[in-house]
Amino acid sequence: MSDSTLQQSPVASNEKEFLSFVLGKEHYALDITTVKEIRGYEAATKIANAPAFIKGVLNLRGDIVPIVDLRLKFNVGEATYNQFTIVIMLHVHERIVGVVVDGVSDVVRLTDEQILPPPEFGVAFDSQYLHGLSEVDDTMVILVNIEKLITSDALALVDNSQSMSLAG
Amino acid sequence: MSIDVEQFHSVFFDESEEHLQAMEDLLMTIDVDAPDMEELNSIFRAAHSIKGGSGIFGFDQLTGLTHIMETLLDKARNQAIQLNSAIVDLFLETVDILKATLNAYREQQPLPEAEIAAGISQLEATLSALDAAPPAFDKLEDEDCEEDAGFGFFDDLPDANAVIEAGINNSDTDDLFGDLAFGSESQDAAPETASDGAAEDDGFGFFDEIPAPVAVKEEKEEEAFGFFEDLPEPPVAPAVNVTPIKSAAKKPAATKTNSSQSKESGSIRVDTAKIDGMVNLVGELVITQSMLSMIGRDIEGQSGEMLQAAIDELQRNTREIQESVMSMRMLPVNMTFNRFPRVVRDLSQKLGKQVRLVIEGGGTEIDKSLIEKLVDPLTHLVRNSIDHGIESPHIRTEAGKPESGTVVLSAQQKGSSIIISISDDGAGLDRERIMDKAVQNGLPVSLDMPDSEVWQLIFQPGFSTAAEVTDVSGRGVGMDVVRRNIESIGGRIEIESTLGQGSSFSIHLPLTLAIVDGMCVTVGEQIFVMPLLNIIESFQPKAEQIQTIGNDSVLWIRDEYWPLVPLHQMMQVDDAILAPTESIIVLLESGKHRFGVQVDALMGQQQVVIKSLEKHYKKVAGVAGATIMGDGKVALIIDVDSMAQSCQLNIKHEVCA
Repeated sequence: MSDSTLQQSPVASNEKEFLSFVLGKEHYALDITTVKEIRGYEAATKIANAPAFIKGVLNLRGDIVPIVDLRLKFNVGEATYNQFTIVIMLHVHERIVGVVVDGVSDVVRLTDEQILPPPEFGVAFDSQYLHGLSEVDDTMVILVNIEKLITSDALALVDNSQSMSLAG
Repeated sequence: MSIDVEQFHSVFFDESEEHLQAMEDLLMTIDVDAPDMEELNSIFRAAHSIKGGSGIFGFDQLTGLTHIMETLLDKARNQAIQLNSAIVDLFLETVDILKATLNAYREQQPLPEAEIAAGISQLEATLSALDAAPPAFDKLEDEDCEEDAGFGFFDDLPDANAVIEAGINNSDTDDLFGDLAFGSESQDAAPETASDGAAEDDGFGFFDEIPAPVAVKEEKEEEAFGFFEDLPEPPVAPAVNVTPIKSAAKKPAATKTNSSQSKESGSIRVDTAKIDGMVNLVGELVITQSMLSMIGRDIEGQSGEMLQAAIDELQRNTREIQESVMSMRMLPVNMTFNRFPRVVRDLSQKLGKQVRLVIEGGGTEIDKSLIEKLVDPLTHLVRNSIDHGIESPHIRTEAGKPESGTVVLSAQQKGSSIIISISDDGAGLDRERIMDKAVQNGLPVSLDMPDSEVWQLIFQPGFSTAAEVTDVSGRGVGMDVVRRNIESIGGRIEIESTLGQGSSFSIHLPLTLAIVDGMCVTVGEQIFVMPLLNIIESFQPKAEQIQTIGNDSVLWIRDEYWPLVPLHQMMQVDDAILAPTESIIVLLESGKHRFGVQVDALMGQQQVVIKSLEKHYKKVAGVAGATIMGDGKVALIIDVDSMAQSCQLNIKHEVCA
């Protein structure tokens, strides 16, 4: 899906493509180059002692991938799971992470000038994980700095002492 | 057009490492009084190859050191000098320096120049000392005998090198000669080709007919013009000795050629990453195949039967592919074992003990990644055995044991695990001393502890009962590291010991890190995999076997109380069976702990491919990794050790109670 959209036309030098998605009633967008694939939600294997927003791990063609429900993490909307629930598989820093969202809407192209600085408050996300705000078709879209979010301590997806420990 | 030489570096490093290892092995076994010519030649060739390669790549320090070593070796194999153990020691030291230098080049770290210089000067000193006192040459021997002798001794390419040593010193020529000589070696069946200049060297070694010497003599005379000037005359052994040397040189030469030929055509160097990639892909294939067979079971009718047959065929094929791919990663344990003759030799010399090393089952195959990780713990255990285990000769004689001690290093496969053991016939572990030390260190001990538990105490950090600290061992760092290393590769270590008769350390290892034999169990809707290695037994408990202490339960079985861990509590599964009497208990055992785990039901035994959780997530307590079941779902693999640790507090309470 992401592949076909990328092939549409060459992107202008200062233009970036974002994938916009819905969490509750709010519209968000993330850098499309981090998206590996988009798929329907399926039940994951639960992990003991993990926070509630980590739904568990899934088999993505042989890789064991954690699934994060951003709705639970940031208290947006209701965490329901139906046939419309979507998982965006992200590829960030050699890691694959699935993010549960209420739906994906579009691929939007934005130039740097179209991106406004993020507000200090008023959004569920901590402003340090935000890239900025923009307006697409009269709707406010919140641009998420997904790399920073995925590797943040808040999500606890990355064990920072990991490089030290060995498998086993 | 420039050729990127760097790409050949790693090949050179790998090959040189093998050459050095080969040199070390040969030097270890060489008999200084009657050295096997073929062995000396092999050592020489190994040094020569390293010299050639290092020259090409500009690793001058290697070239310098190998050059002088080669000169000395050349004299040795031409019997211009008599080998003695001091020279062999010197060669072994040189091999060590070469290894260090090679590593320095590889890691691009500063070269051990001081050692290299010292090595060179030592070799030079030996060389000049030997040159000053050439072995006596007995002219009285008759002609025939001299011919015969020349025959046995000139069996490889000494002349080619003699030329170089004589001053031509053109490395191209050197290589050319070397190559020609190597090439000719493989045609050993045709000594007649001796008329060919280079092949002539070999010819000497291979002739076995008596008439031949005449021809050879002619050859020799022809060649001798340029080549033999600087060569010291071969020392002529008494006629009686000639024949055995000749035949000894002949036989290995023939077999050697065969084996080197088959080796060249029979193996290729493959990047381990490629093999790992293939192992992963085959893992995927196994998963896909089991998904298919699950779907296949639901299809009925004739086409269903045909599908089932095809799937069965596929299953057999995938299993075979999996086995052969896994075997690509397997290497004989000898890769680790072959360093120990040297360790034992050096150490026993240093400690003034007589130790015989016996290696058994070196051909047992084990995963490559395990081989690398075994080196340190094994070295430690072997050193321990020699330092603490084997007594000095006079103590041994007093105890009525043979003067020289024996250390047995053995490997064997038992089911899906490999057992590597290090046994010695030394003093054995001293229960009293260990107990005293444990009390001193404030460890919880009781006098009636079984021996096996007492032995486990030596794995505590900072635990050493050695009466004195030597520079070999005894500082009490080590055994805990040994156990940690072994556990990090999924193994466990057991000790058996009898005071005065010796001790034995056995390391139980999984065959491979990538696949584990597991028992699949269900808890609620989740599936967990327990490594079969850790399972003692499983059963449905009776009500009277379960007792509660506070919030925890203990289990009475095998005349012991076992801590009971409900897996659903540990793994936070909601819809599990709560009553222990309605569930199944699996008794688990790890290096340190034994406990029972309560699960809902057993699903069956299965080989599972271990997938890392850490790759995309992080380490989870009590979980070794994950695997993908036949339906594509993820199941977690239980890590018995870490599970024991994460509920250790409870367990300790329970054991005390």
